[in-house]
Amino acid sequence: MIPGSFDYHRPKSVQEAVGLLTQYGDNGRALAGGHSLIPMMKLRLATPAHLVDLAGIADLKGIRADGGDIVIGAMTTQHELIGSDLLAGKVPLLRETSRLIADPQVRYVGTLGGNVANGDPGNDMPALMMCLGATYQVAGKGGERRIPARQFYHGAYFTALEPGDLLTAVRIPVPPAGHGFAYEKLKRKVGDYATAAAAVVLTMSGGRVATCSIGLTNVAETPLWAEDAARILAGSALDAATVKKAVAAAEAICSPASDRRGTPDYRTKMAGVMLTRALARAKSRAAS
Amino acid sequence: MPKSQISLTVNGKTVEALVEPRTLLIHFLREQLMLTGPHIGCETSHCGACTVDLDGKSVKSCTVFAVQASGADIRTIEGMAAADGSLHVLQEAFREMHGLQCGFCTPGMITRAYRLLQENPNPTEDDIRTGISGNLCRCTGYQNIVKAIQYAAAKMSGVPLQEAAE
Repeated sequence: MIPGSFDYHRPKSVQEAVGLLTQYGDNGRALAGGHSLIPMMKLRLATPAHLVDLAGIADLKGIRADGGDIVIGAMTTQHELIGSDLLAGKVPLLRETSRLIADPQVRYVGTLGGNVANGDPGNDMPALMMCLGATYQVAGKGGERRIPARQFYHGAYFTALEPGDLLTAVRIPVPPAGHGFAYEKLKRKVGDYATAAAAVVLTMSGGRVATCSIGLTNVAETPLWAEDAARILAGSALDAATVKKAVAAAEAICSPASDRRGTPDYRTKMAGVMLTRALARAKSRAAS
Repeated sequence: MPKSQISLTVNGKTVEALVEPRTLLIHFLREQLMLTGPHIGCETSHCGACTVDLDGKSVKSCTVFAVQASGADIRTIEGMAAADGSLHVLQEAFREMHGLQCGFCTPGMITRAYRLLQENPNPTEDDIRTGISGNLCRCTGYQNIVKAIQYAAAKMSGVPLQEAAE
């Protein structure tokens, strides 16, 4: 399987990359880790005439604290997310999730920016970013802007990015100390996309849920932020009856495709099972 | 499309070449450098037979363009043995512990295990199984591959493994 021909560009700065992407419009694609794009190019599902490799742009790397936020450069790899002590302390959900993405070789190369910007509903990070209330920093011909993850995904492979736009960083508000978290992913084998997965971040106070946020992966054309389900849980002690109600609310917004991972009914139910498990594990990790 | 000039280090030697941008690293290694150790298995970044070490990372060379590797330092299975032909401890380990049957996955397994042991010289069995989870073997059932990596880890740390192959 040999991809179609293209011209290769390796800009040194974000500005130069945006210039190239703007110039080539629909004929150009940004290349991050390439582990979604190159397979698509081999299948000729993507045939960009110009590839803009982001590997030479130092500004797109790194993980840093900025006030109450963690800012992660778009070209930071999953391997680097797993190895980051800063993240392990502040947003351990990222490490837990990164370890469930693909396999070690892919994680050395696959990037956070590519994972969230591609718009593939099978990717794990988008639902996480919705759950965490993250914001994407985007550079484009009109300058820099910020787009909340919860408003970024419009359809499968269809996002708020315009031609010429480059997602440069992900900005995550650090959840409160003592928060509970979990990412539960059902997959058939190592390296598979989720049959269904659920991300939970919550805080407990006096044995009751103070705050709760839920993201769901690969059970619709876009990642889902299960706002109603989280609202039902707020104030509860996560008792079985309330969890059941919340799970029903989460299942109600699922509309997964039928594929070799299962029927829509099965995958919807599995989203509920993943959510139930994620809630229990998040609760067990939360300071009460 | 114009060819690109690339310069990289492969198994300790500097290589200069002209490549089409669409040339995948695995094809460059196998067809231009005649390094046919890394294998083309699935071509979809699942099987790991094409794994090489690139700047201290294990990568699937079927999913990297050669042009992306310009400036990189690459090690393939051909670069594992010493110049005098004596085997790398991992190669010896795979021989001693019967870590292969047909051998198709072996170059990828060994280059991956090499990086795993560089990062984690004393892995648990679980660390090893997770560490090679991107490499498929259809013969062995993995048991003796895990043993081989344990053998190499033990030998590298100076305390030889007492267990035998299954």
